This record gives sequence, C-alpha cells and structure tokens, in this order.
Amino acid sequence: MDAGLVAAQLLNGLQLGVLLFLLASGLTLIFGIMDFVNLAHGSLYMVGAYFCATLTEATDSFLLAVALALPATALVGAAVELLVVRRLYRRDHLDHVLATFGLILCFDTLVQILWGPEGMAIRLPAWADGQQHLPGGLVFPTYRLLIIGAGLAVAAGLYVLVVKTKLGMRIRAGASNPAMAGALGIDIGLLFTLVFALGAVMAGLAGMMIAPITEASIGMGNEIIITAFVVVIVGGIGSIRGAFVAALLIGLIDTMGRSFLDMGLKLIIDVQAAETSAPALSAMLIYILMAAVLAFRPQGLFPPKAR
Amino acid sequence: MSRTVGWLLLAALAAAPPLALAAGQPFYVDILTRLVCLAAAATSLNLILGHGGMISFGHAAYIGIGAYAVGIPAYYEIYDGWLHLLLAVACSALFALATGAVALRTRGVYFIMITMAFAQMVFFAVVSIEEYGGDDGLVIDIRSEFPLVDLEDSLTLYYACFAVLLGTLYLVHRLVRSRFGMVIEGARGNERRMAALGFAFYRHRLAAYTLAGALCGLSGAMLGNFTNFISPEMMDWTRSGELIFMVVLGGTGALFGPLMGAAVFLLLEELLSGWTIYWQLPFGLLLILVVLFARGGLAGLLEGRRG
Repeated sequence: MDAGLVAAQLLNGLQLGVLLFLLASGLTLIFGIMDFVNLAHGSLYMVGAYFCATLTEATDSFLLAVALALPATALVGAAVELLVVRRLYRRDHLDHVLATFGLILCFDTLVQILWGPEGMAIRLPAWADGQQHLPGGLVFPTYRLLIIGAGLAVAAGLYVLVVKTKLGMRIRAGASNPAMAGALGIDIGLLFTLVFALGAVMAGLAGMMIAPITEASIGMGNEIIITAFVVVIVGGIGSIRGAFVAALLIGLIDTMGRSFLDMGLKLIIDVQAAETSAPALSAMLIYILMAAVLAFRPQGLFPPKAR
Repeated sequence: MSRTVGWLLLAALAAAPPLALAAGQPFYVDILTRLVCLAAAATSLNLILGHGGMISFGHAAYIGIGAYAVGIPAYYEIYDGWLHLLLAVACSALFALATGAVALRTRGVYFIMITMAFAQMVFFAVVSIEEYGGDDGLVIDIRSEFPLVDLEDSLTLYYACFAVLLGTLYLVHRLVRSRFGMVIEGARGNERRMAALGFAFYRHRLAAYTLAGALCGLSGAMLGNFTNFISPEMMDWTRSGELIFMVVLGGTGALFGPLMGAAVFLLLEELLSGWTIYWQLPFGLLLILVVLFARGGLAGLLEGRRG
C-alpha cells in the first residue's frame, strides 16, 4: 500500500469529518436542548451554499460572500424557528419528522424558483486554488487544507462559546433542564431561537465550504444530513464533544472504507468476491457502526453528563 | 363515518379502471395502479406505526426489496410469478426480522434513526451493485408470469394489485382486533403496564414488525411489476417519509386511513404537478399545516375529532 495515498485519504477523511461536525454540532444542540428532530437542517446547509454562490458573484470575493452569507443563513434559521419549529416543541417526534420533511420540500422548491434547477459553481480565489506540498512529498489541494483548518477553528470557537461564555452557560443550563433554567430567569424562547440560528449558521458554513468543490445544488443537504444524524447518534445526543469525535471517526471510516476496504477483503476472501462486495460494504460501514452503537451503547459514545 | 368513506373509496377503486378504459383514458389506470400499491404499503406501515406506535422511517426499503425480488430474477430470465412473490415476502420478512430484533431494543428517536439507518444500508448496497444497474436501476422487460393470469394486461395487473390491497387491509383488520393486536396497542399506550401484566410484548412487536415488512415487500413486488423499471430511488429515505405522510394524512390507527391518505397524496401530486412544476412547495406547506392543525388526519376529521 502506498503511504502517500493513505496520507491523502486520511486528510480527505478529516475534511469530511469537519464538515460533518459543523452539521452535527447544530443538530445535536437542537436535539439535546429542544428535544427536536430537525430533518430540515440539511436545507440550511443548501441555503448557505446558494447564498454564498450568489454573493460571490455579486461581490467578487469569496471571503466577503461567506461573511455576508453567514448572518443571512442565521436569519433564515431564526425565521424557520419562529414560524414553524417553535409550535412543535411540545409535540412528539413523529410530528417533528413530518413537519421538517415538509420544510425540506418547501426549501428545495423555493431554491429551484429563486435560483433555477441548475447547480451554481463557486470560483475560488487564486490564493485558495492551488496545491500544497506537504512534508513527506505529499501534494494536497490548498482549499481542502483550508476547510480542515477552518473547521477545526470553528470547533474550538464553539467549545469556547459553550464552556467559557455566559451565553454558553445558558445554553448548557437549557440543555440540562429547560424548565429550571426558565424558572431562574433565562428567556427560554429567545435561547431556543438563538440556538436554532447558531445551528443554522454552522450548517450554512458547511454548505459554503463544500460548495466550491461540489457546487451548490438542490437537495445537496438531503444525503449528508442522514450521515450527520448518524454522527449525532453515535456521539450521543446533546453532546458537542461526542459530535466532534464521532464526526471525525465517521469521516475517516467512510473515506478509508471506500478506498481501502477491497484491499483488506482480498486478504480474507477471494479477489472476485472482494471486488464485488467491497463497494456495497464500504457504503454500509457507517450504518453498521451506528446500528452497533445503538444495540450495545444506546446513549452514544460520549453522552452528556447530567440530564 | 370514516369507515363509510373507506368502503366507498374501495368500491370506486373496484369500478373505476374499466370505466377509465371505456372512456379512452388508460392513463388513469396507471395512476390508480400506483395508488393501490402505495395504499397497500401504507396500510402495512400503519400496522406498526399507527397501531404499534413504532415510527419506522425505513419502510420504503421493503418496497425496494420487493421490487428487486422481481427485478433480479427477471434479470436472469426467471419469470415465475410465484417464485417472485415468495422471494419478495421471504426477503422482506427476513430483513425485517433481523433489523427489527436490533431496532426494537431502542425507543423514541433512536428507533426512528436506526430504522432509517437500516434502510440506508439497503439503499447503498443496491446503489453499489453494478451488476444490477446500481444507481441507474434495472429494467424489467417481462412481468411476473402466473398461470391463467396475464399481468401484461393493464386491467389484470390493476386487479392483482387491488387484491393485494384488499388482502393487506383484511389481514391488518383481523390482526388489530385479535389478542395480538391488543398487546401491541397496549404496549404503545403504556409499556410498563403491559410488562406488569405479564406480556412479553417485545416478541409481539417483532412479529408485527416482520409482518409489516413482509406485506410491504409484497406491495413492492407489485409496484415493481407495474413500473417495469426499478431503481434504488424507490427506497430513498424521502420515500419512507412519504409513506409516513400518507399514514398520518389519512389518520394513524384507522383501518382505511392509509388508503385515504395515499389517495389524497397521489391526487394532490397529480393535480399540483399538472398545475405547476413547483408543486412540491404547496405540497410541503400542506404537510406542515396537517401536522400543525389536523392531528387526527382525514379519518379524524371525518369522525369529528381534532388534534
């Protein structure tokens, strides 16, 4: 096996991992604090990507576009919370699933009306659009390295926000006991809207970061959101630390599985069988992991401490 | 009231296709065939979702398994209809039994997610098997062959699907009124009480889950026969969401609820998509409104019950 290839795939897995973390951290906060299942989280990922694509064309600067698209996505998130989600907190999970499924249909169609059925590419600025020579003779796209760096920085920022600031203290209080936090004078309604908007911002950021590679397209969030749910479940609902570890784990397992599982299988079974079964098996790996976690450790790998 | 409407709907479904053909509108027979197949699938889902309170978000997987149980033998030029149906029911039942044994150990949102994860596993497994078309799907050139019955005739196919719907309705009806049905309904209401009364309801649930999967596999086999073309898209997670929507729209736990839900769902889809290419927007809004304001579904409205 080629060591350079392994290293490159490790980096790719890491990049997928940080994107998953950006999506899953918002999901797990909304899940843990409001006990709300938000299938439409992937729509905010898509909305962020489209905002960013349009603003990049308008301003001719990718960074400026990201800076403007983030608050715009937050506003969309807050509007969704105020108009629809807020009415559903007291309902059961079936209602959450159905209503947010309806939201997905609305968002996908609205994007089609506003931006048309074709996807939108984002052109990277010259400084981000190259290759980097890493130690060990490895060549890796600059932009993917930037995604990894930015994702890790956001993760650190989120950690500081939740653990070190007053807002974070309120979020944690709301997560462990919303009724008590409300009784102690925290405006729970406002807190919930803020958390939802924060989740929207991070989902949107993930969409903005991936759009220059894949382009912004309708329904782009509908596949990755399922993977993000896997991350949330594996990490433990409500746990940001769990989401972080699980996101990196699943990013790596998925990427490495797709690249190297056939080689591993060839050691055990015959070549023909390995080549036919490896693609199917590698696509199923993360779901197998999730099923195993749910069967043996239903609370997830890193459940939040006190509930 | 909802029973009366259900019977009227069944009568209309029994009489409509020959009339449509006589009026020179074979297109309506196609719509009705799809309606009848999906209504049977939704009825099977209602057994576990409506009566058993098990929110399976992976029910479309069984439609796919049933359809591929027709498509894969047909690919090898095996057209024996009884073999197709046997395969569809047996594979669906086995998959439901194996996954249900794990999934039913979890509760609430974990159950929703794990059923979705298992469905995604089937989805990705089929996508990655190139031999059977992978992503592009598989064309069924000759439908299942039965003695005396020719499914290539559109009316015959319709009535075969209709028979499957009637059989599913009858079976679910009988089951729900039996002691077995009482146990799963009781466990939905209060698990602890059922356990205290000495019912090992896990086994009942698993049996219901397996049966629902097998019945849905049967309707999937009919749907595959009807469409002549099968692809992994049939078991995309959004398809599972649509099945849940049909059940909830019609009214969970009402015998004819899923039939009414499927009828209204497909009718709206036809009407709205004929009216605008952006039909999913009003559709999604309707879904949100139904969740917010019409909890009992159509059956509930007909009975004069509300939320």
